[in-house]
Formats: sequence, structure tokens, C-alpha cells
Amino acid sequence: MNKPIEEPAVHTLTMDGQEVTFHDGETLYEISRRRGAEVPTLCYDDRLDPFGGCRLCVVQIEGMRNPVASCTTMATPDMVVHTRTDAIERHRKTLVEMVVSENPAANIDTLRGSASQELTQLRTRYGVDGTRFAGKTSGTSKKDDTNPFIFRDYDQCISCYRCVRVCAEQEGDYAISVMNRGFATQITTEFDLRLEDSAACTFCGQCVQTCPTGALGDAKAMRAETIDAPLKATRSVCPYCGVGCSVDLMSKGDKLVGIRPARDGGANEGALCVKGQFAFDFVQHPERLRTPLVRDGDTLREATWDEALDRAAAGFEKARREHGTHSTYAVASGRAPHESTYALQKFIRAGFGTNWIDNCSRA
Amino acid sequence: MSNPLRDMEKPDVIFAIGTNMTECHPVAATRLKKAVRRGAKMIVADPRRITLAEMADVYLPLRVGTDVALLLGMAHVIAREGLVDESFVAARTENIEAFLEHVRQFDPDWAESICGVPAADIEKAALLYGRAERGAIYYTLGITEHICGVDNVQSLSNLALMTGNVGREGTGINPMRGQNNIQGAGDAGGLPNNFVGFQPVTDPANAARFSEAYGREIEPIKGITKVRALERAADGELAAMIICGENTVVSDPDRHHCEKALSKLDHLVVIDLFRTETAEFADVVLPASAWAETDGVFTNTERRIQRVRAAVPPQGEAKPEWWIIGQIAKRMDIPGFDWSSAADVFNELCSLSPIYAGVDWDKAGEAKYHWPVPEKGHPGTPRLHEDEFPSANGKGKFMLVGYRDPAEVVSEEFPVWLTTGRRLQHYHTRTMTGRAGMHYFVPEETLEVHPDDVSAWGLTDGGWCRMSGTRGSVEIRVEANDRSPRGTVFCSFSFGDTPVNLLTGAGYDPITDTAELKVCPVKIEPAAARANPS
Repeated sequence: MNKPIEEPAVHTLTMDGQEVTFHDGETLYEISRRRGAEVPTLCYDDRLDPFGGCRLCVVQIEGMRNPVASCTTMATPDMVVHTRTDAIERHRKTLVEMVVSENPAANIDTLRGSASQELTQLRTRYGVDGTRFAGKTSGTSKKDDTNPFIFRDYDQCISCYRCVRVCAEQEGDYAISVMNRGFATQITTEFDLRLEDSAACTFCGQCVQTCPTGALGDAKAMRAETIDAPLKATRSVCPYCGVGCSVDLMSKGDKLVGIRPARDGGANEGALCVKGQFAFDFVQHPERLRTPLVRDGDTLREATWDEALDRAAAGFEKARREHGTHSTYAVASGRAPHESTYALQKFIRAGFGTNWIDNCSRA
Repeated sequence: MSNPLRDMEKPDVIFAIGTNMTECHPVAATRLKKAVRRGAKMIVADPRRITLAEMADVYLPLRVGTDVALLLGMAHVIAREGLVDESFVAARTENIEAFLEHVRQFDPDWAESICGVPAADIEKAALLYGRAERGAIYYTLGITEHICGVDNVQSLSNLALMTGNVGREGTGINPMRGQNNIQGAGDAGGLPNNFVGFQPVTDPANAARFSEAYGREIEPIKGITKVRALERAADGELAAMIICGENTVVSDPDRHHCEKALSKLDHLVVIDLFRTETAEFADVVLPASAWAETDGVFTNTERRIQRVRAAVPPQGEAKPEWWIIGQIAKRMDIPGFDWSSAADVFNELCSLSPIYAGVDWDKAGEAKYHWPVPEKGHPGTPRLHEDEFPSANGKGKFMLVGYRDPAEVVSEEFPVWLTTGRRLQHYHTRTMTGRAGMHYFVPEETLEVHPDDVSAWGLTDGGWCRMSGTRGSVEIRVEANDRSPRGTVFCSFSFGDTPVNLLTGAGYDPITDTAELKVCPVKIEPAAARANPS
């Protein structure tokens, strides 16, 4: 029964004049990325099955007549591959020009999502402005979907289907799909409903975070577009369940403006749920306690730290003096970091000599 | 979890029991969905037809609180069909003979008579798991929040041991921990029976070492659990309490009892982000800095040690909890609280914990170490039990477990089973999600009632009902829904104005003191509308 999982065989090929080793099952695009070759893509997300839709990742293989999409081409031994010839780059530029021609908006705020600048960056890399093929456009923004989480600006959609695929392959929810063809292509839910009316959508935000154009935007983060401060990312861990998804806390000045799933997070590898993605407003909520409170008869009133800490300490000293070391009990939090619980258990053990402490795991 | 999260994509047979993973651990569930998409078979046991059940190859709709019976029936079939992994059992376990003899009496027909799952489906599930090359068990509070929580876990352990589904990729016995740092709360010594790193307080060597480290004689006697502490408080035998970041009044069973306990204390100090229902009972409330404002460490369900970081300044005068507690300690002349950063605190913890000995503040920042990390340079232990079990002789022991009824069972007066749980968009008592726009999805609590029961009991979908048990009653809006079977209803405890924990709390597991929050007999009557939302 204890069969080891077999290691795939190792082969070699030549890429951009250099010999490269690879495993069975690797695509040319994966190898190019591993080597640091900057092969452009728009429909690629490394968590998803290769799609081959945008054709930007084409490479030239010696002995083959036409360039092939590297994301869908499996490497085979002794291939000779060129990822960046003049002809390939001209081809890529034309493709980017065509894509940009139907998505002329130049300024997509980076608050919209993790991948929202991908098309903007290619526009800069290839120096195109969309005028060469200007004319027909595709995708109609869903302005009637006013949910406060996911902004659906399909005027920016390039039909890369990353949102559809991440929802199916990564989330397993199959909440969104594609209707119509060609210029009439539209990303939609069942019966073209609003997302909140879709039984399958869980608002995990994965579609937003993989969208390469900002056609899907993080509506909560976008509230901060008017704040004039640089956007900062701080690596942390989600505060909800025990899975421990790595996230980047997005802040502008002193304001927490959004959350992004970390693609290199060990527990989540880029995934997140509705709570982790969107339920962060409690941090800067007006109802946060901002000062200590002490009891005055039937009411709690504001106090200085000194007064409150003196009161807290005096109460425990009195309990210990009048009722002994088994007078006092501590409840630690499964929500707070280690340092909180460590300090609290030391308070009980070093202060009372008992083990009268527990945490909230029994309820 | 015995195995890392990434292993969830590797089993060929998944057995998910008492875990509503798509709502409670949604990101972990995506890994199971991928495994299923790749061809893994899935067995789901849950009283409710949850989303995972819809994806299952075998769905076992057991009556609430009968997991032991179901699992005994499965063990019986695995033994009868000769699916015991003889070489694993011989090398790694003990007590197999007694166990096989024990399960011989519990055939699937017997199990069906108790848990209500058709014997044929019990057979099917047992054969599937028993024949798996890599079978993995996942469970959550549906297993542990019972008076027989330990029996349930041991029954799962028996299944894994008899089939050799432990210590390898894509196998294991995997509890999904519920809170972001509930694992860490145990790791850091927030337990009445263990010092940091699960070192028993009753071991004189440990007690001596910590007495030395903390500069005070610490009694080598287990402390009482929170449940017992609240009992003592209610009896007037506890003077003071300090509660950190827990809304005890709403989250714990038997709310009236809990309120009585807290109001009898001479001195209650609450450290929290908000003025919670529990803070209202306090003498002193101290504002803690929140997640995103605080540097620290969390350990997740797969024992991965990770750093959280401050991105924004604390609101108002809020302070980190370690600082607050240190200030109280200093005022009481308790030595050893001269930390100047979270790093100081964590590094002290590591110096006293054998399972954290190989990590420190900087290494925690790499987010790649799964404890135990017994020494510097050790890579960590993503997968437990690969060579031995943490018992005296290193062997896994088969435990002989029998079925017992829940603390309270349905009766003529209380004929309906209530089971409680969580919803995707809310978290516990909503101190956080209630202030983060999640009411957009779920603005109020509802009671999930099977449509046939809705009409049989004279209720209306969207109307109100009164749900009563022996300890109290609540009024709650009815939601006709066939996720729950007839005769069983479901709601969460997230809403303070629908305090369902007025009803729960009939009994506790005798070993862990975990409350039986998953089973509570109730009666349900139509109500005009909620009279006084409390």
C-alpha cells in the first residue's frame, strides 16, 4: 500500500541558445518563466489549466512552420526554442494593439486588484495606444450590479476568461460563464443576474484578483482612490479561520484600504474567501474602543491608562490577598497572537503560582 | 492537522465528517474540490446536506450525535472484509486484537438502527475508505462539540490506524482548527494542563523548570477548565477573572448561567477591540490593538508558524495585549515582564518550548516552519506520525469506544433536534464581521427548517417561530430549506439578538470539558413576530 509517488523523468532542450533541463509535463511557458525570460501573457494564471487564448506567449520552435503558444505546448526532449525573435515581438505588439484598441482606458487604478495592471504594463512595453485598430469594442459594464464588493466594469474586458476559469478551477464554484461570441462576448452569471442573485457566487474575490485589466475591481478598495498617498502592501495572515491564508494588507497612509491574497502564501497559494477578502472594516470601525474604561457604579466611563491599569492590578491583588492564589482565572484568546496568550499565562503562573488559565477552544 | 494543507489535494479517498468546510474553512475546501475534480472519491457524513455533501460520492446523513455508531459500523465492515493493513498494524499499533473483537458486534444494521444511515451506505463508505491507497480524514467541531467528542476522535483514529492511513502524503487525521490562532493559544501555554509547547504541568520536572524560569513556585496541579471556572464563579467561589478577546456571554453555552457567573465576580478585566456583551460585565475594559495594527505570530491548523504585521497605527490609545498584561503584572510586582517588543515575547516563548526550539521571531517571518521544530537548523515537520506516534512506546493504540446518547435526547415535550454551526459570511459572535459589511449577505439569523416540517408545524417560510429548550427560548425567523432533514433544525450563534446559546449546554465531554453545542432538543411553535429582540 505504501507506494511512493514517482518522480517525473528529467530531459533537456535548448531555449534562447542555452541548454535547459525540464520534467515531463512541463510547458514551454513554465520553463521560460523559470529561466526569467519575459514572455508576455494575458490569459495565464499559473494556478489554472493553460488556456492558449491570448496568443501573446507564442514562441518559435525550430522545425515548425508557425509560432506556437508556449503555455499550451508541452516541452519535448531536444526541442530548440526561441522566445524572443524580432518576428515574435512584432506579432506580440500587433496582438497588444488589437486588445488595447477595444479597451482604450489608460488609467486603471491599481486598487482594482492584484493583476489589474497587466494590460497597462504591456501597453507601455510595446508602446501602443490602441489607435491603430480603433473602432469596435466588446464587453458592456454591468452598472446595475451595485453590490459593494465586486465592481463589474466589462468595458475593460478582453475575454481572457481568467475570471471564469479561476471560479471553476480554483474555487470549484462555477458561478460565472461566458455568453455570445466575438465582439458580443460577455462574462456573465446564470441568467445574466447580479452576482448576489447567483446561487453559486460566494464573493471570494478570486475573479477580481486575477483580472488583468481591471474589468473586475475590488469595490471596497476602490473607495480609497481619492486618498492621496502611496499604496503600501504589508504581508500578514488573515484573522478569521484556522487555515491561515497569507494576505497583503493594503494601506494608504494610516488607512487600511483593502486585502489581497498572497500568491506565495503557503496555506492558500493565492486563494481567499469572502471574509478574508472583504471583512476588514472592523479594524478602523468607529465603535472600536479607543480608551480604557472603568466601572463607576452601573456605568463604564473613560479613563487614562494609568487609572485603568491601577484599577486592574489592585483588583487582582485584592483577590489574591483575600481569597488566595485560586481566586483568579484567565481566559486567553484564540484570535490574538501568541504574545497575548504567552503574556497572559505567564501572568497567572508567575503571579499566582497556579495553572488557572484556559483558552476559548472548548466553546 | 497531522498533514499539511497541500496534502488535501493528494488523497484518493476523502472522508469528511462533521465539517462544513465550504463555509467554515472555504480556502481549505477549494483543495478538496480540486482533489475531487481530479478523480478522488469523497465520503461526507453530516446531519445536514451541506455543500460538500452535494459533491460526495457517498453521503451519510447521520442523526446528530451518533458519529460513534456510524464509525463502529464502518470499522466492522473494514475488519470483516479483510481490509486491515496488517503490516502497518503490526509495526505501528497496539491493541488490535481487542479492537477487532470489539467491533465484531457492531454491524451496519446495528449502526443504522442508531444513526439512521442505511446499512448499505455504511458498507459502501467503509469499502471505499478501507480500500483507499491514500485515505484522508477531515473533521471539525461536528466531531468535537459533543459529550462524546473524545470518543468520536478516537473512533476516527481507529479507522485511520486499522487502514494505515497515517503518516503518509495525502492521508491523516486532520482536524480543521476554527480560529486563526486557536492552535497558537494552546502552543503558547493558554491551557490548564500544559505549559508552552504542550508540556504537562503535572510533570514535576516541567513544574520545576517553569517555577525557576518564572521566579515563583508553580503548583504541579492541573488548573480547572473555563467551564469549571464559570461554574465556580456562579457559585461565588471565584473572585476575579481576566478575559482576553473572547465574547464569552454570546459564544459560550447556557447564556443565563454565563451572565450570572460574570456578574458574581468581584473583579473582571476584559481586553478587547470592542465594547462586547461580555465587556458590559467588566470593572475594567482595556482597548487592545487589532489585527493589522499589531505585530505577532499566528500558528495555523497545519501547525505552520507565521508572522502577522502591523500595517496601520492602532486606533486611539489601543495597545498590544502583551503590553497591557505586562503593565498589570508590573504593578503587582510580578517579575519577568520587561519586554520591549512582540519579538522579545515570542523569543522567550521559543526558549521554553521544545516544539518551537528551532524557530525564533525572524524564522517565524519566513512562514515555512511547521512545528515541531526541535532544534536550530531543523526544517520543521509538515507531516506528523511518519515513523512513530507521540505515546510512551511510539505506537498508536486502538481504543475501545462504545456509543452513548447525547446528554439530552428528544422527548415528547422537546421533539426536535437543534444543531448549531457557522455561516460563510459571519464569524462567531460578529464582533468583527458585524462591523465589516457582511450584513449585506446575512442581515439576521434564521432557523433552517425542512419545508415539510414548516407546514407540519404550522410555520411559514419567512415568518417567526419560538424555539424553546429546557434552559430558555428564543424567537427566530423561519427559513424553509431542505439542507436539514425532517426533525432537525439548524442555526448559527452569530447574532446576539438571537441568542441561541440560551438553549445549548446540556452536557460536556468528560475529558475535554467541551460543550455539546451540536445537539439540543427543542420544541418549535409559531410566533407572531419577535416581541422583544433582546
